[in-house]
Amino acid sequence: MANFTEFGNDLYTGKRSINIVGRRKLWYLIAAIAILIAVVGPMLRGGFVFGIEFTGGSEYQVSSPESTSQDLATDAVATVSDVPARVSVVGNESVRVQTEQLSSDESAEVRTALAEAYAVPEADVTESFIGPAWGADITGAALRALAVFLLLAAVVMAIYFRTWKMSVAALVALLHDLVLTAGIYGISGFEVTPAAVIGFLTILGYSLYDTVVVFDKIRENTAEDGTESRRTFAGSVNLAVNQTLVRSINTSVVAILPVASILLIGAILLGAGTLRDIALALFIGILVGTYSTIFLAAPIYAHLREGEDEIRKADARTLAAREKAGDAAPKVATGAARPVTAGER
Amino acid sequence: MAQSSTPVRKARRSLIWLAAIIVALVLGNAASVMFSDGSWTPKLALDLEGGTQIILAPVLGDEEANPSGEQLAQAVSIIRERVNASGVSEAEITTQGGSNIVVSIPGRPDEETLNRIEQSAQLEFRPVLVAGAPGPVAEETPAPEGEAAPDAETPAVDGATDDPAAEAPAEEAPAEEAPAEEEPAPEATPATEPTDGSDLAWVTPELQEAFDSYDCDAADNDNSTAPADQPLITCEADGSVKYILGPVEVSGERISDATSGLQPTAQGGTSNIWAVNIEFDGEGTEQFGEVSTRLVGLEGVRNQFAIVLDGQVISAPRTEGAVTNGQPSITGSFTQETAKTLADQLKFGALPFSFTVQSSELISATLGTAQLASGLLAGFIGLVLVVVYSLVQYRALAVVTIASLVIAGVLTYLIITLLSWREGYRLSLAGVAGLIVAIGITADSFIVYFERIKDELRDGRGLVSAVESGWKRAIRTVIASDTVNFLAAAVLFILAVGNVRGFAFTLGLTTLIDLLVVAMFTHPMLQLLATTRFFNDGHRLSGLDPRALGAVYRGRATFRTPAVVAGKKPVTSAREAERRRTIAERKAEEASLVSASRSSKSDKDS
Repeated sequence: MANFTEFGNDLYTGKRSINIVGRRKLWYLIAAIAILIAVVGPMLRGGFVFGIEFTGGSEYQVSSPESTSQDLATDAVATVSDVPARVSVVGNESVRVQTEQLSSDESAEVRTALAEAYAVPEADVTESFIGPAWGADITGAALRALAVFLLLAAVVMAIYFRTWKMSVAALVALLHDLVLTAGIYGISGFEVTPAAVIGFLTILGYSLYDTVVVFDKIRENTAEDGTESRRTFAGSVNLAVNQTLVRSINTSVVAILPVASILLIGAILLGAGTLRDIALALFIGILVGTYSTIFLAAPIYAHLREGEDEIRKADARTLAAREKAGDAAPKVATGAARPVTAGER
Repeated sequence: MAQSSTPVRKARRSLIWLAAIIVALVLGNAASVMFSDGSWTPKLALDLEGGTQIILAPVLGDEEANPSGEQLAQAVSIIRERVNASGVSEAEITTQGGSNIVVSIPGRPDEETLNRIEQSAQLEFRPVLVAGAPGPVAEETPAPEGEAAPDAETPAVDGATDDPAAEAPAEEAPAEEAPAEEEPAPEATPATEPTDGSDLAWVTPELQEAFDSYDCDAADNDNSTAPADQPLITCEADGSVKYILGPVEVSGERISDATSGLQPTAQGGTSNIWAVNIEFDGEGTEQFGEVSTRLVGLEGVRNQFAIVLDGQVISAPRTEGAVTNGQPSITGSFTQETAKTLADQLKFGALPFSFTVQSSELISATLGTAQLASGLLAGFIGLVLVVVYSLVQYRALAVVTIASLVIAGVLTYLIITLLSWREGYRLSLAGVAGLIVAIGITADSFIVYFERIKDELRDGRGLVSAVESGWKRAIRTVIASDTVNFLAAAVLFILAVGNVRGFAFTLGLTTLIDLLVVAMFTHPMLQLLATTRFFNDGHRLSGLDPRALGAVYRGRATFRTPAVVAGKKPVTSAREAERRRTIAERKAEEASLVSASRSSKSDKDS
């Protein structure tokens, strides 16, 4: 891994510089396409598949079966439909099976299958409708909480970084992450369950967290530049992104390893279920969250600030000074202005 | 190493404090196991452990239609609040067949929680007309005794009454028609039409007779479905006083909040009198304002306001003032406990209709142990991968990462176990997954910190000072980012309901633990390690080898030369700007100076 250390050294010293901020049009385009797919894709597929906790569904109760094994019910439902069944034993003498709302044909089949599986007469399998456990009131409260949080987070960031433009950039990146994560659920047809929603909320926290870490380095670099900087503003932002690149890679790898292992084990060993639902949201969210901090939040921030008079003047001065010294000095890495690496002499 | 003695001492102190915290947590846990019903493992939520399923069916009078979807939704959310009042329990509440409510609670709920749910209370406020001793013997004079008369200050505002409960003989216009037409009243047809809820004209001879023979100890006193627009004969919940009450003036649904606390004194301090503070919604504020304005001018028992829960008087405070701001408070002979009970009853008692428990059965886990086992296995494999990756990335430094993660894990486990005993916190599978993700966020603090130290080393600092200055920069970043995370957790915890609260709790907890560990363990450990030979000499395997990091010796020569070039502005800012330039930029600049002036070549290796 000596190469990785060297890579980190080069990024820090500026010997090697990946021009991220300068290619912002490319990243904007990629983000726009990705968001378009994430919005249109689920529509083409027919919208999101909501879990029984949101929609309510059918409940079957098998009275006094010989065995109360939960697997029997899972297998019986699986023969009729591929919707996941939630099975539990009630009071030691009956088995409760909950599924999404099924058509009446399917529902009759499930009853038959359950009666066969547990070797009871079909009359002992009752069916009723159950309402959503995650009702509109929970969703409403969660959305309100979300709105308050985003507002507060924006204010806190604006105060800490002393510019609202960082808040805007961070929130745009966050929105991008949420839309993409939701889009993948819609496209893949994975069920949206409370576990998935909680995964979503985790991503919300992670994405902002990641952005704040990188923005803090940007703040450090740009605040200390003063008027004496030899870099354009975009160049400073780019340098900060490069200097934190090793950290971004390390963090996302460390965060994603456990999640990936949950996702794999959850999906392979257990099939659909809470683990897979939550791990998928987290897996996508961490990847997208790390990506968007680097390739979206930072360029947007540079973009927003570049228009400011003071920064425009400073940038012009820097470029002019560089022109003057142009032939004598080797080209210096500048990020946005000139994507040339400094170490090439 | 004289200069390192202060950091070393500080580091030792932090580590000792951390050890003390852990020991305290372990002892606390041990105490909870020995002297209470605590446990060494956290309690598990419904999906992993199963629990109790309670089916509540609505109590319907004759010919009453099934509750509407809206009423049912309201009832569900009130019951959810009742269940969650005992902590973060991840209960699941749903409806069944369009009229029943199914409450699933993890584990075996304690008596208190069960009572709170089963208490299918309908809460209403009625004015007291007549009070008497509980026995069947007639006694005219109101003699409120015992806790029957906690005094009250009742605030009131004026307002419209469109609430069905309070509609009938409201104090204003509708008073004439309503009671006259309503036949089914318990043998009460007022001779003269009462003008308001406190009018003694409600007390007809028949009613008086019924009251005289009324026995609070009789078994069949079920008043829970008494009509709202008629007077009611009932007793104090403990059977100490019996009352004739006027029609419902304010229905319990109008209460938006109720809390208990010590009453503030006029000087703004706190007295030691326990009070129950009620907050009405807009409509309730108006209704209560009118009623309290009327009652405050009345004498004797008619000054009292009865709070009726399921047909029984739970409290009948005197009205000491007209309360028009919708925030009355009740004082009296409350203890902390009785004040809280009354506040809870007021807050959660306002169901749109009554329920009865149809069945209450044990229910098994929906996920079973297989899911938990694979979740834990996955988490374990993930952790091993994290350990391997950090070893590759950070060499010996990874030991600090791993130890920090272990400490964070131990702290999290202990705190969760303690909280599941104290606060009824329960770990669901989603919670387990959340904790596994927290590994990433916790590890990030170390990564940010280590990378900062490396940056300082690259700038040519010695290890001890690199650790100190890297820490100063890193802790800013860590605090800023953790603040955002904690903010998310706090807001979601306060505002959200149900499973989301449980999640927010876990997130907030792990964020705090992250800060604690990085400040009290990771940093002190590095301070100590920085003074060891292995790390300070930059051993190849230490992960902090300055040579591998391409460190630049920033001697005076390197510093001065460019400073002259940039010297048109105050030296300090120029210097700072200089320092912040990248090393490659400095090198490039240097090279250009050398080639341009052909003057003395820098002795630095470039």
